[in-house]
Amino acid sequence: MRREGSPWAGLGTVVTKESVDHLGSTRMRLMEILIGLTAAGAIYGAISHIRESVGQDVFLFLTLFTTGHNPVPSFTGFIGFLVPLIAIALGFDAINSEYSRRTLGRVLAQPIYRDALILGKFLGALFTLTIVLVSLWLLVTGLGLLLLGLPPSGEEVARAAVFLLVTIAYGAVWLTMAMLFSTLFRQPATAALAALSLWLVLTVFWPMLASGASSVLAAHDPNPYLELANQVRVEQAISRLSPNTLYSEAVLALLHPETRALGPVFYSQLEGAILGSPLPLGESVLLIWPHLTGLIAASVLLFTMTYVNFQRQEIRA
Amino acid sequence: MAGPAIRTSNLTKKYGAAAAVDRISLTVEIGEVFGLLGPNGSGKTTTILMLMGLTDVTSGTAQVFGMDPARRPLAVKQQVGYMPDAVGFYDNMTARQNLRYSGRLAGLAGDVLAHRIDKTLERVELTDVADQLVSKFSRGMRQRLGLADALLKSPKLVILDEPTNGLDPHATHEFLQLIESLRRDSVTVLLSSHLLDRVQTVCDRVALFNRGRIALLGSVSELASKVLGSGYRIEIDAEGDNLGQILAAVEGAQALHIDGIRHEILATSDIRSDLANAVTRAGGRLYRLGIRQMSLDEVYTAYFREAGHAA
Repeated sequence: MRREGSPWAGLGTVVTKESVDHLGSTRMRLMEILIGLTAAGAIYGAISHIRESVGQDVFLFLTLFTTGHNPVPSFTGFIGFLVPLIAIALGFDAINSEYSRRTLGRVLAQPIYRDALILGKFLGALFTLTIVLVSLWLLVTGLGLLLLGLPPSGEEVARAAVFLLVTIAYGAVWLTMAMLFSTLFRQPATAALAALSLWLVLTVFWPMLASGASSVLAAHDPNPYLELANQVRVEQAISRLSPNTLYSEAVLALLHPETRALGPVFYSQLEGAILGSPLPLGESVLLIWPHLTGLIAASVLLFTMTYVNFQRQEIRA
Repeated sequence: MAGPAIRTSNLTKKYGAAAAVDRISLTVEIGEVFGLLGPNGSGKTTTILMLMGLTDVTSGTAQVFGMDPARRPLAVKQQVGYMPDAVGFYDNMTARQNLRYSGRLAGLAGDVLAHRIDKTLERVELTDVADQLVSKFSRGMRQRLGLADALLKSPKLVILDEPTNGLDPHATHEFLQLIESLRRDSVTVLLSSHLLDRVQTVCDRVALFNRGRIALLGSVSELASKVLGSGYRIEIDAEGDNLGQILAAVEGAQALHIDGIRHEILATSDIRSDLANAVTRAGGRLYRLGIRQMSLDEVYTAYFREAGHAA
């Protein structure tokens, strides 16, 4: 049955309202504190390490993002677990809170489709997430400039910008995941817990699972070296189902320009290569292109599931 | 626009095999205050949701101002104000901010919206608390804000689901007066309730729901005569020997029910003076004599007693 009227009607209003809600919420205040601590901690760790090993790296500025100083993890390390946390915090009660506050019927009685509400909620949260990440990124870059006293090269800025983009795509995956849970579970607390559990599984247990499953699943080969190669390939394929793996590999390739491959490489493939020399930006981006598309595809897939689930839900609890 | 505000024919909604709403056909004329009455779970809210295009119709048709809410939900919702059962608001926002959000979603903006919000808040007497957080509001205030929310887009039809639910008698009275004022502005009102006698005063016509079907439909007095017979119910508090027999023998008395000194007589006409004469002639003492208007509650109870016996 065809329905008349635009599915976009009211989208702008929902996006504005959601963004304002997020930016003014207590959750946001807590996140701002986290951001401040993260930036300060990461910079402290990186700077104190860089001072000891100054002048050894062509891409000194990028080491600002990747260097940690025990026990403080690097900036990318921080981001790797901070982003899912922020995204889950922004999305876990997107839909179920409308049910529990009993506002859904009233909002949908206005001349808008559900499409506008769910898309508006996603875009509002994504906008907030982007603001958080951009400010964090600028904070670290700015502090780095001040403390290192060394301007970054054009390529370093470009690499850091692509890194930011990949981070936002990574956040979008967790945001849509949290929103999906917000349509699956009526209780916001259950949805938050489910999202956090999944995050824990993907972060801690997935690598173990991947290596365990690969030894079982990999094709046997009379040549033990080829069998090992098979095993590594299967392990990588399984572990890349997790957005965490995709993200950490992409970060590796972007912020360590000398990374030439993200999988197993045979010696024969390295013939003529000058090891340790950096790849140009275009080549690094090419290397992580599947990762970036993978992250975006995962967001689209999860959003579609959320959308379908929400459209089918009865308005009455 | 000519034609009725709402017309449904054989409207049906099934959840699995069970029918929540079963072949409902009704017509609400423009300017009418129409009541959907019945116990909880009898299909009133589901009917309303189908009229708003908020839930799918299994079979049958619904038309609101001649438009199918399943096909043209936005056009229907543009003209219909809806206040859901147990209406909720964003507690972290003020009354005015909540209304502004709804107004913007309805496509209003700028000065027009600000003016409308002021007007509507004035109408429901919430102007004083317009800039307070809704979390501080009492039940009655929330309910009035819900009505303001439904009225904001100047709808031609207002649908109110259980508007007096959980309100104290005073707040209920105030709310019903607001509905009366809508009638004066010739806004069509469709309201649902399980409290029959509260809303019978404001409704022009009512439909009594039972298990997803309309059991009875018509004005309150029509229903009373249909169900209880075209009768007068007279109550006499009196004492005397054999009073029951004497009263039953009075011409026009149809049925008699005795409870202590109270005698309830169903009669074909107003025979109060004859009954009084009969009591005094028999040497009885008459304490009170009254005639009672049938309430919807009685109609309802009587109807389902009969329906229960028939089944």
